[in-house]
Amino acid sequence: MAVIQVQRKPLTFAERTYLPQVLGGMMTTIKYLLRPAETMEYPEERPAIPPGYRGAPTLVKDPHGREKCVSCQLCEFVCPPKAIRITPGHVREGAGVEHVEKAPQAFDIDMLRCIYCGLCEEVCPEEAIFLQNQYSMSGYSRTEMVNHKDKLYEMGGTLPDRHFKWDVKKAAEQSAGGHH
Amino acid sequence: MADFFFALPRMVQAVIKGLAVILVIFPIAAACSMAERKVSAWIQRRPGPNRAIPPFLTWVPGIRVLQRLGLFQLAADGLKFVFKEEPLPNHVHKVYYTLAPVIAMVPAFTTVTVVPFGAYLGQAGAIVPLALANVDVGILAVFAVASLGIYSIILAGWASNSKYPFLGSIRGSAQLISYELSMTLAVLPVFLWVNEPGSVGSLSLTRVVEFQSRPGFWGGTWFLFTMPLSAFIFAISLFAETNRQPFDMPESEADLVGGFHTEYGAFKWSLFFVAEYANMIVGSAVFVLLFLGGWNLLPWLPLASLLEGLHHLTGSALWINPVVAGVISIAIFILKILAIIFVFMWVRWTVPRFRYDQVMRIGWQKLLPLSIANLIAYTVAIALMQR
Repeated sequence: MAVIQVQRKPLTFAERTYLPQVLGGMMTTIKYLLRPAETMEYPEERPAIPPGYRGAPTLVKDPHGREKCVSCQLCEFVCPPKAIRITPGHVREGAGVEHVEKAPQAFDIDMLRCIYCGLCEEVCPEEAIFLQNQYSMSGYSRTEMVNHKDKLYEMGGTLPDRHFKWDVKKAAEQSAGGHH
Repeated sequence: MADFFFALPRMVQAVIKGLAVILVIFPIAAACSMAERKVSAWIQRRPGPNRAIPPFLTWVPGIRVLQRLGLFQLAADGLKFVFKEEPLPNHVHKVYYTLAPVIAMVPAFTTVTVVPFGAYLGQAGAIVPLALANVDVGILAVFAVASLGIYSIILAGWASNSKYPFLGSIRGSAQLISYELSMTLAVLPVFLWVNEPGSVGSLSLTRVVEFQSRPGFWGGTWFLFTMPLSAFIFAISLFAETNRQPFDMPESEADLVGGFHTEYGAFKWSLFFVAEYANMIVGSAVFVLLFLGGWNLLPWLPLASLLEGLHHLTGSALWINPVVAGVISIAIFILKILAIIFVFMWVRWTVPRFRYDQVMRIGWQKLLPLSIANLIAYTVAIALMQR
């Protein structure tokens, strides 16, 4: 590589007095002083969360209000810090799918362990667990920091569903003449 | 009210005046520390401290403005310093270690006594200065007492018995001694000019302001315009003497941890800072008196003409009431001081610290010859003009 000789110009008299530079700097700082603050006053003002943000993992329901999780426990097994604990249980009687599927009896995510990696969301075959935009978790004790099933559904809410698995199944069932 | 005040014994008058000055200087010195934080925040585009408020005051309408300005944060910090544990490290020389902050405070507040801070119109429209002690040696007293402040830094650095404070105090003492010379030489032309032939010789600061409030074009010109070089050298030396950036050699928190106050904490530490701000206030006050026309609102608009103009315009005798005039003059003076202190802070958040060798080179090789040349030039010019 060629060596480039840089000519260092000797400082002019004005530069050696520091004054033009100092005054120029002061002009810059006063300009910044007059601008509004760049920072956000956090608890009152919140930043806009970009789509795809990986906040706290939550459980979602489909637009019909059905819980999507079938407690397959894939997320529990894939979770690198072992933050998720699922106790499989039965689907509520009369839901219509109790003979084919299960639902979590308990679903706990320990937010003190969660590393927000998003593997649970990625691995979920039912698209039931999503990392949504909640980023501020606080509590007074360790047990308070464990999100139970109710809390997870409350945080998750309902997300638009692209598949409507049960609608598809029902349509298939009808076209096949009442057989699964 | 004024008559009642002047009927009091002299000692009582002096005590009341002293208390009044302390009651003004202390809050200003304290508010400066908050102003420093707010100005630094604004320059860095942050809001700065704006959250503290005692819960029992939240109902007061309009109090949010004070909260946003960090006033209660200031009170909270002050209380914290008072109630905090006083650390007294084992390795320090305890007597001098405790003495140093006190020695920092004493000169800082003693200089206030000789600084005139306002004026009112006495009998027959004559300007009567307001000062705790309107002494003839004025500026000399300020310089003499203010230069004692360096002992606190030397003492703090030495008594701390630790390398960073020691280095800081050595640097600080070298710097203060270097810049004191140029500072003193820079103000001499002002006093050469003020002491006209035939007048009684005086170094009084009041005299300087009187000279800047005389009628006519040259009479009303502030010395900033007639002696810009003196003002410039004085301003630079003021930065060095008050240990402000870019000359904060004794502190140099980047390379010396905390400089001379590394080993200090709690109330003792805060005393150093109140002293620093008091020094800044007095330094700015002297600059305002010497070069910015003291308590005259604008150049070529002396206080007496201003008040008489207002008197004629509004027809109200209120304006020439001595109390009102005094308050107006003090307000103008304090406003100017605050403006200068803002410049101090503005420079602090603009200019990085000079290296120690640069400080010495600027002081001895640039500023000192410049101030001597300035003195000689003005001496010759004044001799020719006043011949």
